[in-house]
Amino acid sequence: MPGAQAPQQIFTIEQLVALNPYNPDILPDLESYVEEQVATQTYSLDCNLCLLRLYQFYPARMNVHLIIKVLVKALMALPATDFNLCMFLIPERLQMEETFLNLATLAHFLETSRFREFWDEANRNRDILEVVPGFEQALQGYAIHVLSITYQRLPRSILAEAINMEGLSLDKFLEHQVNNNGWALEKGGKVVVLPLNEDNQPVLRRNTADSIPLEHVARILPVLV
Amino acid sequence: MAYDGNRDFGGGYDDSYDDRPEFRDGFRDLQPLEPGFDTTNYVPDVVRTFVVYLYRHIREKNVYEIHQMYEGSFQKLSDRLFKQSKWPAVEMIAPYVENDHVFCLLYKEMWFRHVYARLQPTLEQRCDSWDNYCNLFQVILHGNVNMQLPNQWLWDMVDEFIYQFQSFCQYRAKLKQKTDQELAVLREIDEVWNVVGVLNYLQALIEKSMILQILEEEKDGNVTFTATDGYDYHGGTNVLKVLGYFSIVGLLRVHCLLGDYHSGLRALSPIDINQPGVFNTVIGCQITTIYYYGFANLMLRRYVDSIKSFNQILLYIFKTKQYHQRSSQYDQILKKNEQMYALLAICLSLCPHPKLVEENVNNQLREKYAEKMLRMQRSDEAMFDELFSYACPKFITPSPPNYDEPLINFNQDAYRLQLKLFLSEVRQQQLLSSIRSFLKLYTTISIAKLASFMDVDEPTLRVALLTYKHKTHVINYDGTVLSNADVDFYVDDDMIHIADTKVTKRFGDYFIRHIQKFDEIVNELDRTQLE
Repeated sequence: MPGAQAPQQIFTIEQLVALNPYNPDILPDLESYVEEQVATQTYSLDCNLCLLRLYQFYPARMNVHLIIKVLVKALMALPATDFNLCMFLIPERLQMEETFLNLATLAHFLETSRFREFWDEANRNRDILEVVPGFEQALQGYAIHVLSITYQRLPRSILAEAINMEGLSLDKFLEHQVNNNGWALEKGGKVVVLPLNEDNQPVLRRNTADSIPLEHVARILPVLV
Repeated sequence: MAYDGNRDFGGGYDDSYDDRPEFRDGFRDLQPLEPGFDTTNYVPDVVRTFVVYLYRHIREKNVYEIHQMYEGSFQKLSDRLFKQSKWPAVEMIAPYVENDHVFCLLYKEMWFRHVYARLQPTLEQRCDSWDNYCNLFQVILHGNVNMQLPNQWLWDMVDEFIYQFQSFCQYRAKLKQKTDQELAVLREIDEVWNVVGVLNYLQALIEKSMILQILEEEKDGNVTFTATDGYDYHGGTNVLKVLGYFSIVGLLRVHCLLGDYHSGLRALSPIDINQPGVFNTVIGCQITTIYYYGFANLMLRRYVDSIKSFNQILLYIFKTKQYHQRSSQYDQILKKNEQMYALLAICLSLCPHPKLVEENVNNQLREKYAEKMLRMQRSDEAMFDELFSYACPKFITPSPPNYDEPLINFNQDAYRLQLKLFLSEVRQQQLLSSIRSFLKLYTTISIAKLASFMDVDEPTLRVALLTYKHKTHVINYDGTVLSNADVDFYVDDDMIHIADTKVTKRFGDYFIRHIQKFDEIVNELDRTQLE
């Protein structure tokens, strides 16, 4: 599967989904592609949705373990709404099972930015999450994204809680970010300064002028004259 | 309809079906058949002439006349003669149309549509209708059909096809009142109205008609399709191309009914809804497209896209609905209109954006939903439930039930799942509207102060601020981040700085419009001559 053959296979799978998605024969290919996404840390929303859709049509062929892996991959795609998209396609009965309830709880914490509760709960579910490599980094990336669009400067403790790091590892992480991503530290490391982007510095007090385009005025000039 | 009756499609107008003596004075001379009369085996004279004329017009590719007969005469005859009964069976009218295979398929399509609209279809009729659609699509896909049919008819075919599929899934899911005989039949007929079959037919129409390439090439100006409303003026046929085009909208609809909003929107992507297109030529198609587009975006949290599209279509309906009053689709137009106002109310409660809504639409919205919107903004979940349930599509469970398990009705399952997920999203956004109303009052405020105003502790507030940012920023397909919020802020350590776009009331547009109106009135007055 992996190695030199992998790029060839991905090309074909995406093609299959684009050209012939409503065909139960491609189910085995989609299923093995999920395993491949997990192994090679890649991701394809369209292929996974196609899989879930075919499971909807043929519930007898549903493979619950693969669905769980798809959901974990979708969580890693945050802030995109992929997890919700997948949940829309999974039967309610299945969503009542314990693993699914746990995943839904994790998603809920992430969507409402409750990072501390999220990492606690994730710890309790290491068995599902460790199966998918890259989970921790992906969710740390999401936490940083949300913090970046909100804060210009934030207390170090908040950052620590959000990315579940502290002490020496946090120091190393901050050093890396300062050197490579334009972060800065103030007050002896107690406050982290995030790089400015469009979202954490919205222009203050934009005054939308009551401007009228020329064409509209041109329309009434004959009347006014 | 977007139809210039002055174009000569061949065939004379003096040959018009409606000019016949029976139909002057609006069919007043027609006697309705007695109730209990077996209408399927008797062909009244008017029906005979109807099929003869329709057949002739189709042969002569006289699209204008076909449209008149299809929209007008068929409805009138149905109302007068077949209000609660079936049209004559196809075998009875076949001799009058030279047993033309394709015409019979078209006639049967209309026949079944009438049954679904006026009566309750039996299981056998549902199966026969599926067979008819299969035959009809096979002929169009693989035969060499050389006809020009009105876009209205072609849209109705796709629309009805999906409607009957939806109806069958609902029917199949109501197991409680089924007789043993019906269950036995249902077990056998796996391919009838099978979801994979339906989707593959739509896909096949799209592929065979090469509509995607046509739409691409049109941008370079090599092909004319939209400019002629899909009709072919060089003696060719429009049927396959236009069916392919409408199937794109069909795919959007089916995906939404299954809960797969992302794929639905991707399927629709070849059509740019902000540009005029063939979907504008039939009002039913335009409404369906925008309704499902808006709904899918609502479920994807892309509220701004949703609001813009609903605003556009609601304004259009507001301006043009008087022209459709006598159309058979008028009731459906009104129903969808009301549903879209409800969806717009939901979107605006979750993502307030007063500037995006046009004045007339806004007035209608206030009239219908002012109080409910207030309650939704205070996170009244019951209100969201009510409006969502009223306005959402009829979701379906695509797979056949397990006939061995105890018989229950599960036709509501799909809807309940979508509602549940929607409400949990609403719950996650609970604090957002109160944050927004507080933020509007300040330019800067400390976290501690805001927390005390909102009666929560600081960590909770910080979390809520992050949620506000997350929920209002959507990720586009290319990965860029877009802000949906009309009130935005950033946090500097423990101070919140708010950026509020100050909305000045737009007097300019308002005055310009009224100046023009008065000018018209004055010109009218000048023109009227007083005695």
